Amino acid sequence: MSVLSCPLPIPTDEFVVLGHGSGGRLSARMMEETFLPAFRNTALERGDDQGVFEAPAGRIAMSTDSYVVKPLFFPGGNIGELAVYGTVNDLAVGGATPKYLSAGFILEEGLSLDTLRQIVDSMSHAARRCGVEIITGDTKVVEKGSGDQIYINTAGVGFIPSGINYSAANVRPGDKIILSGSLGDHGITILAQREGMELGGDLHSDSAPLHLLCAAAMAAAPTLHAMRDLTRGGLSSALNEIAQKSGNGMEIDQRAIPVSEVVRGACELFGLDPLYVANEGKMIAFVPAAEAAASVAAMRNIETGSEARIIGEVTEKHPRMVTMRTSLGTERIVDMLAQDQLPRIC
Amino acid sequence: MKHLDEYRDEKIANALVAKLKSKATKPWVLMEVCGGQTHTLVRYGIDGLLPAGMEMIHGPGCPVCVTPLETIDKALTLAEMPNVILATYGDMMRVPGSTTDLLHVKAKGGNVRMVYSPLDALKIARENPSREIVFFGVGFETTAPPNAAAVWQAGRQGITNFSLLASHVLVPPALRALLSDSGNRVQGLIAPGHVCSIVGLDDYHSIAHEFHLPIVVGGFEPVDLLEAIVLLVDQLESGRAEVENQYSRSVRVEGNPLAQTMLTDVLEVCDRKWRGLGEIPKSGLKVRAKYAAWDAEAKFGLADKFVEEPKECISAMILQGRKKPPECSAFGVRCTPERPLGAPMVSSEGACAAYYQYRRYESAAELAGGAR
Repeated sequence: MSVLSCPLPIPTDEFVVLGHGSGGRLSARMMEETFLPAFRNTALERGDDQGVFEAPAGRIAMSTDSYVVKPLFFPGGNIGELAVYGTVNDLAVGGATPKYLSAGFILEEGLSLDTLRQIVDSMSHAARRCGVEIITGDTKVVEKGSGDQIYINTAGVGFIPSGINYSAANVRPGDKIILSGSLGDHGITILAQREGMELGGDLHSDSAPLHLLCAAAMAAAPTLHAMRDLTRGGLSSALNEIAQKSGNGMEIDQRAIPVSEVVRGACELFGLDPLYVANEGKMIAFVPAAEAAASVAAMRNIETGSEARIIGEVTEKHPRMVTMRTSLGTERIVDMLAQDQLPRIC
Repeated sequence: MKHLDEYRDEKIANALVAKLKSKATKPWVLMEVCGGQTHTLVRYGIDGLLPAGMEMIHGPGCPVCVTPLETIDKALTLAEMPNVILATYGDMMRVPGSTTDLLHVKAKGGNVRMVYSPLDALKIARENPSREIVFFGVGFETTAPPNAAAVWQAGRQGITNFSLLASHVLVPPALRALLSDSGNRVQGLIAPGHVCSIVGLDDYHSIAHEFHLPIVVGGFEPVDLLEAIVLLVDQLESGRAEVENQYSRSVRVEGNPLAQTMLTDVLEVCDRKWRGLGEIPKSGLKVRAKYAAWDAEAKFGLADKFVEEPKECISAMILQGRKKPPECSAFGVRCTPERPLGAPMVSSEGACAAYYQYRRYESAAELAGGAR
């Protein structure tokens, strides 16, 4: 004879289920067991609907970005780290000292909780590295098939020191364009992972925070005009955006632009141009000529800027257009991409 | 990087340009056949380094550009079928058919996959036995062997849910059509290196003889093209009309026999319509009847329907080398990579896209004067 008993709920320790986004006990448990231990700070522990912080007098920078990378983990980083560094970098290139982040998670039902914990731990580590705190957040769960494992949105605020006002609009003819390092490492790493290609060499994402590098450039160049981090669309998009906003032309020299052998090889193979490939730990700075050498030297003292160099300058010629001196000594336009770069047939 | 840096080297290029200037006594008109060569030429501004008056005409060798609208429409029809997964190369995703393109069909729920090889499409077929997988394969003699190999493998492995929508074209018949035209100005030809690496040089010897035309099989890097131009000018100045092989690091006289065997086993020569050029007899390749089970046109009963090209697009003139892209009234205004009127603005190998991307600051007047 079978024993009558109440059905026990199935344990929910391994995977994300819809209940984790219900606002009920499962949500609270996820907060207590996953997010709070990783992100622990005074503002978060108050448990209020908002994170509260003291602000100094002066200007505050705010930025937001959403992260949807596939695969979630790749050589050199993962989605959690990107979500912290990406927003930190957007603040840092504005001259701000990054301070506080929010983190919103959209989880797909069925995501392994182990995977989530790894991502959250990575975010916690990345936040400590950047000296920022994640002081508010949110989690939603969508049905299986309605998302792709995990999407993260972060927003951040940073404090801008008095006297600092960087903007694309400040860029002037004669400014030197400084690039912090080699192009295309992140984009090609992700492409190789997706295509299951072994490209050899030490290929990994350049995912890194730029706050120290920006601070070094700022200290060395008191009249620095603007900085940009290079993400989707690569160097070309950043230069074109600034050319448009400032109304100036840009001239760069192909031979001055560092691209690793493995990235060059992969770009040849796929028919891509490294100028358009994504980066996650590189920046450009627009610095008056007199301060350019000092900026490069200061940036080279920082790990993420060890390959920093001048790659070109701002010009009055061909306003709003970027041109490049090729390895042959000829000149061509570096255009903004219409859409994603698509690999060629042959 | 070996095999790359030496072909993009300023000193070597300058030495070749100097050689060219010392040899050329007339304003020779040359054609580079392949879109990849056009791309390099425009990207590196090589035509601007040539002696004054010398002109490069851009040939019809962009596989995406010459694929007829009707074939693109067939691919779009297949991609919209609920049980079909359509796989193709990245380049084909944005090429406009008569009403839409594959990226938009994908956005609306069509199952379209971008792959790097037809064998990837075969893998998708193995992994999705209940779906029909169609590989949309276009291109010249270069891309035909791997597509043939995919059909051959599907046959051998009994994979019945895979088929090929093939729109292959052959270079020599198109060249003969262009060179026979009364308006032809081409005096020397840079033959497509990758095509020759498959088919060898035989056809090109016949063309050189038939039209008394110097031909140099050329590579795709700046120094390759400059070397090929020097060799052509050398022939022209000395009155020779031979086939020379500049791209010997890739091309053998006999081509690639293994690829040729695969190609002729699966595909056969047929009449083919070229976008911009019209129908050219025996200028295409289609799937042989014995492989009809893997021929998407036969399998899905796709009928040809006549589609009209946008009136303002002068792609025919561009593909025949009669006009340069900036001479088109729509160039850069009503025809851009975001809103292309014709295929040469879409493909990265298309002449219009190359001019738009690398040189749109030049005026038509500057171009009409020959070199930059």
